[in-house]
This record gives sequence, structure tokens and C-alpha cells, in this order.
Amino acid sequence: MIFDIKVMEIDIIQPSNKIHPHKFTLWVGIGSIVMMFAGLTSAYIVKRNQANWQTFDIPVFFWYSTIVILLSSISVQLSVNAFKKRQMDKYARLMTITLLLGVLFIVTQCIAFRDFWNAGMTLQANVSFSFLYVIVGLHALHVIGGVIALTVMTLKAFSTTRKNDNVVPVEVISTYWHFVDMLWIYLLVFLWMIK
Amino acid sequence: MSTATLEAMAHHEEHGDAHHDHHQETFITKYVFSQDHKTIAKQFLVTGIIWAIIGGLFSVIFRFQLGYPESTFPWLEDLLGHWAKGGKLQPEFYYALVTMHGTILVFFVLTAGLSGTFANFLIPLQIGARDMASPMLNMLSYWFFFLASVIMMSSLFVQTGPASGGWTIYPPLSALGDASMGSKIGMDLWLVSMAMFVVSSLLGGLNYITTILNMRTKGMSMTRMPLTIWALFFTAVLGVLSFPVLLSGAILLLFDRNLGTSFFLSDIVVAGKILPNEGGSAILFQHLFWFLGHPEVYIILLPAMGMSSEILSVNSRKPIFGYMAMVGSLFAITILAFLVWAHHMFVTGLNPFLGSVFVLLTLLIAVPSAIKVFNWLTTLWKGNIRFTPAMLFAIGFVSLFISGGLTGIFLGNSALDIHLHDTYFVIAHFHIVMGVASFFGMFAGVYHWYPKMFGRYLNTTLAYIHFWVTIIGAYLIFWPMHYEGLAGMPRRYYDFSNWESFKMFGGLNEFISLIALIVFAVQLLFVINFFYSIWKGRKVTTQNPWEANTLEWTTPIRPGHGNWPGEIPEVHRWPYDYAKDGKDFIPQDVPVGADESKH
Repeated sequence: MIFDIKVMEIDIIQPSNKIHPHKFTLWVGIGSIVMMFAGLTSAYIVKRNQANWQTFDIPVFFWYSTIVILLSSISVQLSVNAFKKRQMDKYARLMTITLLLGVLFIVTQCIAFRDFWNAGMTLQANVSFSFLYVIVGLHALHVIGGVIALTVMTLKAFSTTRKNDNVVPVEVISTYWHFVDMLWIYLLVFLWMIK
Repeated sequence: MSTATLEAMAHHEEHGDAHHDHHQETFITKYVFSQDHKTIAKQFLVTGIIWAIIGGLFSVIFRFQLGYPESTFPWLEDLLGHWAKGGKLQPEFYYALVTMHGTILVFFVLTAGLSGTFANFLIPLQIGARDMASPMLNMLSYWFFFLASVIMMSSLFVQTGPASGGWTIYPPLSALGDASMGSKIGMDLWLVSMAMFVVSSLLGGLNYITTILNMRTKGMSMTRMPLTIWALFFTAVLGVLSFPVLLSGAILLLFDRNLGTSFFLSDIVVAGKILPNEGGSAILFQHLFWFLGHPEVYIILLPAMGMSSEILSVNSRKPIFGYMAMVGSLFAITILAFLVWAHHMFVTGLNPFLGSVFVLLTLLIAVPSAIKVFNWLTTLWKGNIRFTPAMLFAIGFVSLFISGGLTGIFLGNSALDIHLHDTYFVIAHFHIVMGVASFFGMFAGVYHWYPKMFGRYLNTTLAYIHFWVTIIGAYLIFWPMHYEGLAGMPRRYYDFSNWESFKMFGGLNEFISLIALIVFAVQLLFVINFFYSIWKGRKVTTQNPWEANTLEWTTPIRPGHGNWPGEIPEVHRWPYDYAKDGKDFIPQDVPVGADESKH
């Protein structure tokens, strides 16, 4: 081989005037995740018109989850803004807040599941409950994926040895975080309205 | 490209090979965990070939059962142990073989082996990119596929055998562990393997779409892309949007199997005992499955269409006829692919009105399909045809697509489908139009791009034998099945000799089985040719052996990681300037002359 791989990678990543490939990949990936939840929620609609379907009230802790994830969306956006203005201390603080809110979201979800379960609405008791556990649980898995990414970003933000000047990863995680937020709102409204 | 990059490259070119040893890759990074799209493509291809041999062998084994239901074959017992006690294939294992044959060929060979190979290989080379948008994700895509392969392979060796509920894994058979041998651990392994497979194809698909939309070289507008790239693009879109739905169905099925939920189960009595599951719907699974399952057909078929279009044009020495119509029909097929899934369910309790809607949408697919066939034939018309092995396979693809497509019009009518559903007519239809046709597209692709992959040619004599035996054999195998199907012979049956009405097909079944054995043997000839030629084939000495216009032939004979040693060529024209202005061909990177008409 007569040329340099390291040099080429710079060339590969060079975005020219188009959207950065990593951001674009995320958008396509979001399309894919949307299809999965579209499949699940359509299955829910089909099932609900059939026999033996019990309705349920949304556990109150789901509403707390909603507040938490909305706040975290705001904080992640502020942290992107701070990063762009090169206010790195502020960025690190806001990243930490987002991470903590993300963890809090998972905690409130667990409490909601526990309350729901203890009220007799167990996984196997009725198909409608099974759907709630699967759909909300899969969303929570996507949030946990985001929390892992946020943890990495936060650790990097506090690292003193590494230089941190690439905005793309920050924008990618914030877009993803907004997406799981929007997805949660959709699922909540869906489960609330369609009984 | 930055100035620094240019300088670095100029520097390397000046000093030739002497100065690059400090960038030497190890064996592991070059051949195993490689991030070079060309190496990943070859990994997909070789894994796909191994799977094709296994899947093909399975079909030969169960064809022996169908052809000689009353005979015993001691070698079967040597090969399969207690699955063929006394030299006779056991019914449980017959179903496992049928299931695994379908799973392996549909997913592991014609999805991963076909898209994985050619999307990885051709996208960067034909659009003028140094690699995929994310080489890392690309590498992961292969290794998830590898993991899926290992899990699926290991399910062949568990005591209760691999999954045996059919490749469509309909519940309740797949949801209840006690339903059959293959519904036990084999089914769990199947589901886990497929989950890995879905991850692999999603990672691949994300990369293909992003690379095509984002990384094209200067001048390579969307309308100047070769049709292969268009086809691979639509294939990736189909995969990214439909595989997640299969995943959601598989997750619900896993819950039903292992956690006692009732998504797909209701009012089931097993051995006189009523199961506690209530309120589930097995048909719901069919909707989720076929929402993937039908696009999956086009995930398999579109790459073969794209590659055949390219190969037909190159070897006819003529521009492809109706380029925009070709793109438009690919687009139409992509949209319609999502709207026809319920034609697999005409007899499973679908509302007849809904059925008629799906009939209409299904028959609409004939329109873009006919446009494509018309354009392929008009591309061939009065062409200066070079009958290379790749060309023969591409023509064979068109032939099979017509033959198999026409029977699709029969099956798409719900009234006829009530009679033909789950008979050998269906087997004949989808094997010809999707299975064999896509294999022909894949073979055409391998014969055509092999010189670019390995810097050597495949043996042409063996290739001609491979082609003629395969195409004649494929028709001899599948054509008679139409008759059996019209007579009502059902698919998936272990033994037909007990039925008065199907007894008369005994001789025909034996004939089909013999031809299947011959065709399988000839595929081994191809495999030998493939591996022998990697090391011993005739060396490629010219940069552009097929005198084609696309960018992959502007790279060195054996391109390194990064594809072009210097700058990526700029594109000035569409890829089909054959027989133009008295010139045989004008590659895409040649600037438009003052005297020629512009595209």
C-alpha cells in the first residue's frame, strides 16, 4: 500500500458542506428505532380490539418520569450551547446534570413498574399489561444506552489529559437524547389516550 | 481533500513502497478485524458461501426423503447419527432441515451474503469514497453476523435439534417449548441468532445509506450513480425500516416462550391440559413477521436487479435503457414492498375486503417489474453482446425473474391463492423468482467483480459448465413443482406415498431429487473454482478488464485500503456512455469533450 491510513481517515471524516456522516447515521438509526416502536404500538392497537383486554391507568410515577426527562432535554441542549461557546466548565456541569437526570428517569420508571406490579397488574395477568412492560421497558433500554453514552461524555468532560474540541459527538448524543425524550412523550400519550 | 493530505500522498507516491513499512498492519487488523470495506465484503462472501453449502446440502438431504420415501441410506446415518436412524431421515429432523434450509438461504446467504458482500464492496468503489461512513460500525456489522452464524450453527448440534417450525416461526408451534422437538432450545437459539442478525443488518444498512448520501465524490450526483448503487440504496432502506419490526415480533415471542405472557397465545390445549394463556393472537405475529417478511423478498432481489442491470449494460456495450425508469421502478417496488405483506395471509383469517385491497397492491408490483424487464430486454436488443460468464448469469437472472414473476400474478389473486396456498406451486414460485434468480444475480456479481476483489480471474470453462447446468437444472427442479402444486400437493409434508392423490407424483419427485443432487454438485464446482482462483487463477493484467465505465475500474488492479492511491477521481458523466460518438466506452472520470452532447 502506498499511502497513509491515518491521513485517509481525516479525509473520510471530512464533512464538506453536507451533514456530518455520523449525525446522518444517527438520523437513519432513529428512523429504524421508530419503526420498531411503530410495530409494537400497532400491535397494541390490533390487540386492544380483541377479547380479554383490560384497560389500566398510567402509573403516577410515569408523570414524574416525564418531568425528569423534559428537564434533562433542556440541560443537554444547554450543555451543547456551552460547548459551542467553549465554556467547558459549564459544559461539564450541565453534562453531569443531564446524566443524573437520566439516571433519575430510570429510577422513576422502576418505581412506576414496581407500583404497577404490586397493584396486581403483573406481566402475565393480561396482554395489555404485558404490552406496557415490553414497550416501556424497551424504551427504558434505549434510555440506558443513552445514559452509558452520557457517562462516557461526562468522564471525557472532566478529563484533564484529553483535549476536547470536537462538537460532533456532543451533538450526536444530544440529538439522541432529545429523540428518546420525544419517544417517551409519544409512548406516554399513546398509552394514556388509547385504551 | 486538505493540502496536508495531498502532500502526504504525493510524498508516499514519490517514495514508492520503501517508506510505508511503519504503517504495516498486522495479520489480525488486515484480515480478521479489518475495517477495510473490501476485506469486510470478502468476509461476508466467504461466510455466505459456507452457509450456502450447508443450506444447499440440507435441501439435498430432504430431497432424498421426498424422492425415495421408502428407501434407506446408510450414509445418512453416518452423517446425521440418530436423526437418520437406520438410514432413514426422522420426521422431526425433516422439519428441522426444511426450517434451517429456509432460514440459512433467506437470511444468511441471500441477505448477508449478497447485500453484505456487494454493498460493502461496491458502494465506496462505485461512488468514489475511500471507505464507508463508519468503518468501525461496518466491521461490527460483520462480527454481529459472525456471532449470529455461530449461534445458528451451534443450534444444529443441540440434542433436541435446531428450530423446526418453518422459517416463518409461526406461533403457537414456535411459542410453546413442548410443541415439538424443534420448539425447545433450538427455537431460543434461533431467536437469539436472528436478533444478532438484525443488529448486523441494521449497522450495515445505516452505513450503506449514509455512505451513499454523504460520501460521493465530486461530480457524482445521484442521477450519475450506477444502478447497482441505487439498488443497494433501496435495499438498505428496506432493511433499516423492516428489520426492527421483525425484532419487535421476536421480542414478544421470546416473552411468550420464556416469561409466560400471552401476546400470541390463547385457549390452547396441549395433551388434554388447558394452558393458562389467554387473550393472545397468533395472527398478530403473522402481521409483524410479514411486515418484515415481504420487504425481505426485495432485500434479496433488489441487489441482484442492480448488479444485473450494470452487467447487462457493460456486456451489451450499450447504455442501459431507461435509466430513470429503472430508478423509478426500484423506488416504486420499495414503497409497494411495505404495502403487500398480507398477501401471505389470505387464508389465515383476513377480512375479505382487506384481502382485496392487498390483491390490488400486490398486482401493482407487476408494473415496475414489467418496466424493469422491458428495459433489460431493450438493453440487450441489438447490443454487441459479450457472453462472459457474468453476462450469462445476468441474462439467466432476467429469464428466471420473468418465469417466477408471472406465477406471482397467479398467487397474488386471493381467490386463486386459496387453492394454491401452501402447495408446491408456492415453492416453485418463490424459489424461481427470489431464490434462484437472486443466486444468479449473486453469481453474476461474483464473476464480474472477482477480478477487482482478488486481482485474478475465475476459470471460464468451469464457469460455463456452472451456468448451463444450473439454469437448466433450476428449471427442471422447479418447473414440475407447478404441476404438483396445482394438483394440491402441500408443502412441508414428510412423505406423500400414503396419499392416493399424490402417489402419482412419486416418479416426478424422484426426478426432481436427482436433478437437485446434480445442481448441488455443480455448485461445489463453483466453490472449488472460487477458492482455487484466489491463489492460482489467471492474473488480471489490465486495470479495466471488462472495459466498463464505473469508478471501481479506475483503481489499481489490487487497490489498498483507501482505494485510490492519489486523489479520488472526479465524475463528469453518467456510467452508461457505451457506443457513444463512435467510441466503445467512455469512463465516468473522463471530462466531457467539446464535441459531445452533455448528460
